[in-house]
Amino acid sequence: MAAKSGAPGPTEADLTQDPALPPVALDPTIHEAEEAHWTPVKIAIWLAIALLGGLSWVMLAVVRGETVNAIWFVFAAICTYLIGYRFYSNYIQKHLLRPDDRRATPAEYKADGKDYAATDRRVLFGHHFAAIAGAGPLVGPVLAAQMGYLPGTIWIIVGVVFAGAVQDYLVLFFSMRRGGRSLGQMARDELGRVGGTAALIATLTIMVIIVAILALVVVNALAESAWGVFSVGMTIPIALFMGCYLRFWRPGKVTEISIIGFVLLIAAIIGGGAIAGTEWGAAMFHVEKVPLAIGIIVYGFIAAILPVWLLLAPRDYLSTFMKIGTIGMLAIAIVIVRPEIVVPAVTEFASSGTGPVVSGTLFPFLFVTIACGALSGFHALIASGTTPKLIEKERQSRFIGYGGMLMESFVAIMALVAALSIDQGIYYAMNASPALTGGTVQGAAAFVNGLGLTGVSVTPEILTQTAINVGEESIVSRTGGAPTLSVGLANIMHQVAGGSGMMAFWYHFAIMFEALFILTAVDAGTRVARFMLQDTLGNVIPKFKDTSWRAGAWICTGIMVAAWGAVLVMGVTDPLGGINTLFPLFGIANQLLAAIALAVCMAIVAKRGLFKYIWIVAVPLGFAAVVTITASFLKIFSSVPGVGYFAQNAAFSKALADGETSFGTATSVEAMEAVVRNTMVQGILSIVFVTLALIVIFTALQATWAAWRNHSNATSEDPGVPSKIFAPSGLMATPAEKANQAEWDKRPAKPRVRGH
Amino acid sequence: MGVATAVRSVAAGLAWYVRSVSGEDAYDRYLAHHESVHGANAAEPAMTARQFWRDRTDRQDTNPQGRCC
Repeated sequence: MAAKSGAPGPTEADLTQDPALPPVALDPTIHEAEEAHWTPVKIAIWLAIALLGGLSWVMLAVVRGETVNAIWFVFAAICTYLIGYRFYSNYIQKHLLRPDDRRATPAEYKADGKDYAATDRRVLFGHHFAAIAGAGPLVGPVLAAQMGYLPGTIWIIVGVVFAGAVQDYLVLFFSMRRGGRSLGQMARDELGRVGGTAALIATLTIMVIIVAILALVVVNALAESAWGVFSVGMTIPIALFMGCYLRFWRPGKVTEISIIGFVLLIAAIIGGGAIAGTEWGAAMFHVEKVPLAIGIIVYGFIAAILPVWLLLAPRDYLSTFMKIGTIGMLAIAIVIVRPEIVVPAVTEFASSGTGPVVSGTLFPFLFVTIACGALSGFHALIASGTTPKLIEKERQSRFIGYGGMLMESFVAIMALVAALSIDQGIYYAMNASPALTGGTVQGAAAFVNGLGLTGVSVTPEILTQTAINVGEESIVSRTGGAPTLSVGLANIMHQVAGGSGMMAFWYHFAIMFEALFILTAVDAGTRVARFMLQDTLGNVIPKFKDTSWRAGAWICTGIMVAAWGAVLVMGVTDPLGGINTLFPLFGIANQLLAAIALAVCMAIVAKRGLFKYIWIVAVPLGFAAVVTITASFLKIFSSVPGVGYFAQNAAFSKALADGETSFGTATSVEAMEAVVRNTMVQGILSIVFVTLALIVIFTALQATWAAWRNHSNATSEDPGVPSKIFAPSGLMATPAEKANQAEWDKRPAKPRVRGH
Repeated sequence: MGVATAVRSVAAGLAWYVRSVSGEDAYDRYLAHHESVHGANAAEPAMTARQFWRDRTDRQDTNPQGRCC
């Protein structure tokens, strides 16, 4: 583990700034003095934030009346985020990362006006947020709501402050100090070949699982819904039109075409309602799960080999537009409507582990189910991809990395509130697998009423009426979280705009919103995975390294699509329900990736010799490792068939061997054989994930130990280059930053950088 | 007058933000960068708007960016 250079960082002389320029950085003592300067107004504001946050937590955790108002979730979240950002991220900045604004960022010293371009911090915050926010934080909390509102709320809010935002901030910072290197490259640099290779394979397989399960969420949301199939299907011609518009007619008019696309999208949603109402429309767009899954697989392959400008780029514009718009709209609506939540703080499923939505007890399954909203390993790929190449000044990494993740957590809180705001009887009827409800309103009502939960009951009439209200044929067993969230969103939004007549519109608006960025994630994920596979195969067959080789690209795309497609079909045809068996695998995969990212960060911190502050990384790493390894072991070794894949496998194998023709929720020999096959695949995947993650964590511990023994103070950072620009670090410029900015604004024109 | 100016500056700020977040200003930024490096009448001319936007999406073909779950 030899370091590239012996010095702990660039020496003072390296970074002497151009004397002709105003200061490119404020002295750290100025920042500290500003922070330590507590005026009475500042004290009053922070006291108010602390009191309001404290009161909100008391209302949520202690006062537990019959109901609790949703506004307390919002206040608890925002106040905790503000305190975490102001104090904890500041502590990390000051002691662990120590950004130095005298150093140029890759966006400055590698500037090419394209991939590397210094971007205004507020704009980059928007870009980064749009890149990290996806369906995960919307779906996970909905499924975790079966354990009650409190465990999920605590983990989403506390988890982000101490784990998720820390991971994003650290990875962003370390990648920025290394010219924007990817997580995989950093893993190889820090952990050596074995750890690096394990990290690469883990990333690739995790990507396959994540794409497969996101696709499963879409299939479950659209199957047997003529309205949904039509309106989401229409996004393809809309995106193609937008792509051609930008390519041939008006290049670069992004805002204009996004607005046109948005209007067409709304037209597609409204038109979908009309078409699903006609007899031929209902017949034509009513698609069963399996053909729909095959359709998405074919679509995924074609989308991934089409040029980016035709489909991916325009849909990405639409998806960003919808994402930021809808999330903002939902936040405002929750504050206006302030729904009363009647769900208990903690339900018996938290301890019994027999919840119908996802099985398993609170520890560890709550944490793997919520995943993205509190800690998301996938973000490490973004934070070490595009964002570090665009960041203007080092100190801004805190606002963008830590702050961006706080925003994502807030999205998760809103999704949780939306899911909690709907009637609990409806919630369970929608989220119990078809194996439990039989897929009928009578079966669902009987199942929900038989759960024996106090205050939870539903009638077949209510379920039928709700389906009519949201414009669906049925809402029974619409698992996957997306339909539940859509009912919740429709439930909140129709109180603000449109009344009950608009519920169906809002429901399909929400389905569209989720489907759009899931499809983008499927397409982008397939492409990224294809390049990783080509790169790996290229080590054996050099021709594969040539990414412009058409046949190679098609073969590798085909392999990746086949991989996630197989898992998708397995989920769709699973006699046990699909989501309840596969979603834990998704959460485990994501959290293992987070553990890998944190392990790489720990090795970097250790190499720098910052052992006094290594707990900042070690605590979330330890927690993520314990949660995911426990969850994986339960999935592998548990003797409870609902939890352990191999226990389930053994139970069904035995039944088959005994000559039985139905067992549990499987009603035929084929279904029983499918369970045996699926559980074997899922079990093997669990073993692969946990083994790879253990290798990475072990090599990281080894690197850390070696650094401790050698009293390492080395670094693998790129050498520092003096900066020639200045910009404030947070959302708002501080008085000292404003004064310095004024010095820069006095200069006649931008400095001419000398030519290459 | 104070209110009108304030409204105008907020609207301008909002327009700037939407334009920047959507990425519409990418070509302007590229031009500014190109000029600062090469000067206005350099031997290496800047790409035209059409060339720039084609190049931008075509480079994504070989350098895909992940999207989160």
